[in-house]
Amino acid sequence: MKDINWKETLLNPIFKGNPITVLVLGICSSLAVTVQLKGACVMALSVIIVTGLSSFVVSLIRKSIPNRIRIIVQLVVVALMVILVDQVLKAYAYSVSKTLSVYVGLIITNCIVMGRIEAYALGNKPIPSLLDGLANGAGYGMILIIVAFFRELLGSGTLFGFRIIPEAFYTAGYMNNGLVILPPMALILLGCIVWIQRGVQKDLQEK
Amino acid sequence: MEYLSLFVKSIFVDNMIFAYFLGMCSYLAVSKNVKTASGLGLAVIFVLLITLPVNYLLNKYVLSPGALSWIPGMEGVDLSFLSFIVFIAVIAAIVQIVEMVVEKFSPALYSQLGIFLPLIAVNCAILGASLFMQEKDFVNVGEATVYALGSGIGWFLAIVSLAAIREKMSYSNVPAPLKGLGITFITVGLMGMAFMTFMGIQL
Repeated sequence: MKDINWKETLLNPIFKGNPITVLVLGICSSLAVTVQLKGACVMALSVIIVTGLSSFVVSLIRKSIPNRIRIIVQLVVVALMVILVDQVLKAYAYSVSKTLSVYVGLIITNCIVMGRIEAYALGNKPIPSLLDGLANGAGYGMILIIVAFFRELLGSGTLFGFRIIPEAFYTAGYMNNGLVILPPMALILLGCIVWIQRGVQKDLQEK
Repeated sequence: MEYLSLFVKSIFVDNMIFAYFLGMCSYLAVSKNVKTASGLGLAVIFVLLITLPVNYLLNKYVLSPGALSWIPGMEGVDLSFLSFIVFIAVIAAIVQIVEMVVEKFSPALYSQLGIFLPLIAVNCAILGASLFMQEKDFVNVGEATVYALGSGIGWFLAIVSLAAIREKMSYSNVPAPLKGLGITFITVGLMGMAFMTFMGIQL
């Protein structure tokens, strides 16, 4: 059995191999939920739970899945986890689950979940797979929360619904930037994050 | 008239890419040249057109609350919590069937779409359209089909135009850290802003 570098498994997906900015996985269902910090946090948490648990389960049954139908088996496992998360959200945080609407369901087709299962969980033991799933979910959640932070702060002047920019600014003529709330701005912010990250880590730059 | 309005609305106003960011992964990965991009776009239209009406019927007659009333004694059953798993199973199965049928009857089309067809099963735009269909409460299968066609064409337009821009952009001088992914994000953002001028159009 090969040694597993725990620190590497945990930290690599968060910075150097970040699923969104480096591997370009799972942008699909995420950007529309970053208007409010609260929604982004709930979404991040849901994705962390789903990636962790489904990697764990697939890794447990990895030896008994026939190779040809593995995609469907994986989809069923992931869909099961997403249904669990969705039902919990509906029971305990109904208003948040309404604002996230279809995007919770779309975690099923989030490429991060499938990607990590294909690339890691199918060939590794359950516990490292669980950690790998959790860490990738966290790397994804981190980007989500950074984008949501700027969008809510600049777009509505609030964080978690609390007013951050004082009233005096508004009376002095400051205005919220309505453009930041609209969908295209999320992509441009993400572009800037990629820019900064690749500026710092030169080896990630594309030719 | 409502059909036309729904059709135009689903192409431009509720564009899958620019308004909801659905199908982004393959959108960014496969938009390097126009030819493959249009192949993937066509495959998405095709799969959407088949899966959405099927999922609509399933939702109406099996899954939604009280939908099973055509079976005596099942009036009060609510299976809506099963919708995710049923939709994704239908999509995965239909993609598989479509792949086999296309391979049998049109090898030329198969060799063009080949690699993209299996990818489509995990394309968020397909599952997303089914989930939006569930929220929108369409009246009949016709509306669901028109919605599927519209959002498929919207996705096709988006990916072909991004691929065209990226082909041109390979000649321009982009700052090194922005090359590739970064500039593509920003381009998509700017295209999204352009598409927002369609907002509020009524037919």
